[in-house]
Amino acid sequence: MAAGKEIRTKIKSVENTRKITKAMEMVAASKMRKAQDRMKAARPYAEKVANVAAHMAYAHPEYKHPFVVRREQIKRVGLVLVTSDKGLCGGLNTNALRVVVNKIKEWEGQGVGIDVTAIGNKGLGFMQRMGGNVVSQLTALGDAPHMERLIGPVKIMLDAYVEGRIDALYIVYNRFINTMKQEPTLKQLLPLEQAAGDEAEKLKHHWDYIYEPDAKAVVDGLLTRYIESIVYQAVVENIACEQSARMVAMKAASDNAKNVIGELKLLYNKTRQAAITKELSEIVAGAAAV
Amino acid sequence: MTLHVDIVSAETALFSGTAEFLAVPGEMGELGIYPRHTPLLTKLKPGSVRIKRPDVAEEELIYVSGGVLEVQPYVVTILSDTAIRGNDLDEAAALEAKRAAEEAMKDKSAAMDLAKAQAELAEAVAQLAAIQKLRRKV
Repeated sequence: MAAGKEIRTKIKSVENTRKITKAMEMVAASKMRKAQDRMKAARPYAEKVANVAAHMAYAHPEYKHPFVVRREQIKRVGLVLVTSDKGLCGGLNTNALRVVVNKIKEWEGQGVGIDVTAIGNKGLGFMQRMGGNVVSQLTALGDAPHMERLIGPVKIMLDAYVEGRIDALYIVYNRFINTMKQEPTLKQLLPLEQAAGDEAEKLKHHWDYIYEPDAKAVVDGLLTRYIESIVYQAVVENIACEQSARMVAMKAASDNAKNVIGELKLLYNKTRQAAITKELSEIVAGAAAV
Repeated sequence: MTLHVDIVSAETALFSGTAEFLAVPGEMGELGIYPRHTPLLTKLKPGSVRIKRPDVAEEELIYVSGGVLEVQPYVVTILSDTAIRGNDLDEAAALEAKRAAEEAMKDKSAAMDLAKAQAELAEAVAQLAAIQKLRRKV
C-alpha cells in the first residue's frame, strides 16, 4: 500500500492548496465590490472638475495655460504607469506592461526619451529590470488609496512638463469594463485634449468668471486638480481590475484543483483495488498449494 | 429663491442639496453667496462651509481642507481637497516621491536578487514536477 499512501498525501496537499485559492477568491470578490463602490464615489468629483475646466476653456479662449498648449516637437515624454502591488491576478499586469513595451519601442524608434512615474510594485520592478528612467514612484497604496499620496508623484511630472523637460504626459492603467474583462489603456494627460465644441456652444458660454485672486492662480490650481483626479480615477479603477482579475484567476485555480483531486482519487481507488485483488489471488494461490 | 450646492471631494461626495445662503472660506476672505451671484471661480483655504438650508433653522457646517469654488447664478460647486494643500506641502510630497524612486534605484540589486530567486524557484518547481512524473512511470 506504499503507492496508496503517497497518493493520499498528494490529495491532501492539493486539497490544502484549494482551500487557499478558494479563500483568496472570496476575499477578492468582497474587495472587488468595495473597489467598485470607490470607483463610483470618485466619479462626481472628476465630472465636476471636468465641467468647470470645460466652462473655463470656453469662457476664456484667449488665455492659454501651458497645460493646453500643444508642442510642435516632442523630445521627451512622461509616463505614469499604474500597476498592482501584488501578483496572483492573472495576466492583468502583463497586459498593461505589454502595452507599455510596445509604446516605448515606438517612442524609441522616433528618438523620444522616456521618464517614468511608477505607481505600484509590479510596474516599478519591471521598469527597474528594463532599465527605465524612474523619476518618482509610489507603492503600497493598499486597497483604499488616498488622494494626498498621489499629489507628490503627479507634481513631479507636472513640474517637468511646465519646465519643458517633458513635452507630453501619458498614463497607462487597466480600464474596468466588467468583472471578466479589463482593458489595458493608454491615455494622454498632457497637453489636455480640449473638446471641440461648435460655435453655438461657445456663444452659450459667453460669460466669464470673476477670478480671485487672479486667473492664473485659480486656473493653475484647477488644472492640477483635474490631472490629479484623472490619475486617482485610474488608480482606483486599476484596483477594481486587480481584484476582479484575482477573483477570476483564483476561481480557475480552485476549479483546476478540484479536477486534480478527482483524478487522484480515481487513481487511488484503482491502486487500492489492484492491491486487494493481488492479495486475494495470493491467498487463493497459497490455499491451492497446500 | 434657492441655489443648488454640491460639495465633492476626490474620494466621496460630501454634500448635495439646495440652500438659501452659504458662506465659504475663500483665500481672500470669507465669501457669502446668495442666489443669482455673478459667476466666480476662486481657491478656498481650510475652514468650514456654512450652509443655510431652506426649512432648516440651523446652519449646516461642513469642513473642507481647501479646494476650488465655482459659483454660477443658481449652482455652486465646491471641489474639496482631501488634504491640506500648499505649495510647500506639495513640494515636500514631490520630493518624498522622488527620494523613494532614487532609493529604489539604489536598491536595484535587492530587487534583482528577488527576481533571480523567483526564477530559481520556478526552475526548482519544474524539476520537482518532472521528478514526480518520472516516479509515477516507474
